[in-house]
Amino acid sequence: MSVNYNVLGLIFASIHDKNIKELTDQRTMGSIPYGGRYRLIDFPLSNMVNSNVPEVGVITKANYGSLLDHLGSGREWDLSRKKGGLHLLPPFIHSADKPYEGRLDALNKVWSYVEHSPAKYVILANCDVITSIDYNPVLKQHMDSGADITLIYSQGYYDFKNNRSATIVDFDENNNLKDVLLDPGISGSCKIWLETFIVSKDFLWNIVKDADSRNEQSFTRHILQANRHLYKIMGYEHKEFFTRIDNISNYYKANMMLLQSETRNGLFRENMPVFTKIGDNGPVKYGVKASVKNSLIADGCIIEGTVENSVLFRGVKVGKGAVVKNCVLLQGTTIGDDCKVTALITDKNVTISDARAITGSESYPLYIDKNGTL
Amino acid sequence: MNTKKRVVAMLLAGGQGSRLYALTKNVAKPAVPYGGKYRLIDFPLSNCTNSGIDTVGVLTQYQPLVLNEYIGNGEPWDLDKMNGGVHVLPPYETQAGASWYEGTANAIYQNIRFIERYDPKYVVVLGGDHIYKMDYSKMVAFHEENDADCTISVINVPKAEASRFGIMITDDNDQVIDFVEKPKEPKSTLASMGIYVFSWEKLKKYLIENEKDANAKRERGEKRSKDFGKDIITSMLRDKQRLFAYEFEGYWKDVGTLDSLWEANMDLLSPNVPLNLYDPKWKIYSRNNNMPPQYIGEDANIENSMISEGSQINGTVDFSVVFQGVTIEKGATVNYSIIMPGTVIKSGAVVEYAIVGSDTVIENGAHIGVSPETLDSKENWGIAVVGHNVTVSKDKVVEPKQIISDNI
Repeated sequence: MSVNYNVLGLIFASIHDKNIKELTDQRTMGSIPYGGRYRLIDFPLSNMVNSNVPEVGVITKANYGSLLDHLGSGREWDLSRKKGGLHLLPPFIHSADKPYEGRLDALNKVWSYVEHSPAKYVILANCDVITSIDYNPVLKQHMDSGADITLIYSQGYYDFKNNRSATIVDFDENNNLKDVLLDPGISGSCKIWLETFIVSKDFLWNIVKDADSRNEQSFTRHILQANRHLYKIMGYEHKEFFTRIDNISNYYKANMMLLQSETRNGLFRENMPVFTKIGDNGPVKYGVKASVKNSLIADGCIIEGTVENSVLFRGVKVGKGAVVKNCVLLQGTTIGDDCKVTALITDKNVTISDARAITGSESYPLYIDKNGTL
Repeated sequence: MNTKKRVVAMLLAGGQGSRLYALTKNVAKPAVPYGGKYRLIDFPLSNCTNSGIDTVGVLTQYQPLVLNEYIGNGEPWDLDKMNGGVHVLPPYETQAGASWYEGTANAIYQNIRFIERYDPKYVVVLGGDHIYKMDYSKMVAFHEENDADCTISVINVPKAEASRFGIMITDDNDQVIDFVEKPKEPKSTLASMGIYVFSWEKLKKYLIENEKDANAKRERGEKRSKDFGKDIITSMLRDKQRLFAYEFEGYWKDVGTLDSLWEANMDLLSPNVPLNLYDPKWKIYSRNNNMPPQYIGEDANIENSMISEGSQINGTVDFSVVFQGVTIEKGATVNYSIIMPGTVIKSGAVVEYAIVGSDTVIENGAHIGVSPETLDSKENWGIAVVGHNVTVSKDKVVEPKQIISDNI
């Protein structure tokens, strides 16, 4: 399919950063590493590219150095373009006095960018929801239904004790938004908003300016909750795999889910490649005494020991006699010879010296800071 | 902008690679996969970039589709430049008519205008079928220090193997005094690696002369050739030009045959072979195809192997090199073999001492190749080869030394 200049993509790269303090201490939500070789922003960004969206603006707030480094000119997503392409929208794009609060405020502050796009429709997505989706059917439904806002949701399990910043939605028999709950005190299967929606640019301008005049910032509270009867807000159910990253333990689980073939098949779908920055690492090298079971291993790893039920990012080294179980080892982690490590999340370039034994628990995996040495 | 370049590289990538048989049926030799995620041409292209050479002409002729697509705009090797960069140079038609590249020297001769655009001092001539990591800038510096007209990179080979190579005889100052192609009784063990540095003005002169001579011979109905080793180097030696041998120390492998391609892959698994693909200072770049990390299943058994992105391994893999997007099912066995991209080895299949091309399917129960230990006579042993896009049906056997390029 050819390029659709009628659509603009906007990605909020820094929403819900606080949910996962450990990993956003030196980065932002969009640049959190995931799945061996990705950053969270790769998923919404690849979805847009795969849906032929020619122009994407990335709205950032703080700690965006790693995000800028990751995205560069957008070449790896085929978004280094004369017409359209990738645009990074850091805070203070204009002489605003402080970074934005909430989505509506963010949109207000980058409005001059949005305004200059020739697009008629805008797809807006966050980075804390991981899924593979073709936006074209959603766009079609949005246009056919005459909705002001189309929210993309999935049926999933929500547990108030375990989840944060989740928006639960419900629709009536005509697919009109009936109810919106933010972090309700319930547990069970419900419709979870995937923090992604489609609107026309004109409608978006109206709600952004209206919110600004009332000093309102939250799209969920001030639009979805307060004005759901005023606007025609409809739902689109996405039936493929999705997961939300809303705390470190769910981050761990979301990585572990990739060890199930259903998850991999749902996220790495045919003709829906997930693009990311290229590392130019060598293939994975397995040593003479290596033993690897049920693990996801990215290129550039050198494995001499035992690895089970783990996700290894690029360039991880596992020494001779070492045993790695149920771990998520981020890029450049080195596990020394004869180490025994279980239920660990190591951030980038962590080194575990020879013969150490470290055990976390699967429900509360142990997190080791970037560049740490044990 | 100043378009002048001190060094321009010309990469000879037009050869058919006929001794790779099924593997070069539809692709040029430099596009043959190697080392789990690379193609042969990644090595000279990455060496150029790492050596600071940013202008490369790639001379293509045989089956160029895959190679052209692979090189693209040169971005994976950082060779997408505003001035310079990588340029694919196929033969073309002129007012005088069209002609194919008739030999390596003629290929460069036909692209004199390309080289002249950059007004270089030196031209580096490279092949597209060797595995090695080399800093060409050091060789150019050596050439410059010696005030040479031509510098030929050489490697010391065992005496017993010397008669397979072009051998350089040098004096104490590394100056070449004689060159013999595949001598029966080699007087030296310095083998030409097919890597040359020329002072451009000198090379241009000899290219033009060789062209004239060869065309005159053709009119007289005599035998003629337009090759580097055979013609240019020989003529330069005859004219007492300054030719020097630059001795390279490190891993270098010619992968012109099926056996050497297999060996060069196996070399990557040997701790004693000095070819490091993991050196961040000298990366080998390749075009990436956006595959997820490899998944190793519950029933996998992997030792001493290299496996690349997008693969799903649930069988036994030992002493093997497995490329991107390969599936090895539970109960399949792969030993001492090379499995190229996108191939599926079904449950119960056995692949031993073999090269299996890309996008091929080895069905349940099929048996490709055998271990040399199981044969009474080593004479009958050799690696088995299955080409690209082939299906080997259930329970079929591919014997050692057999080469399959169609479905069986």
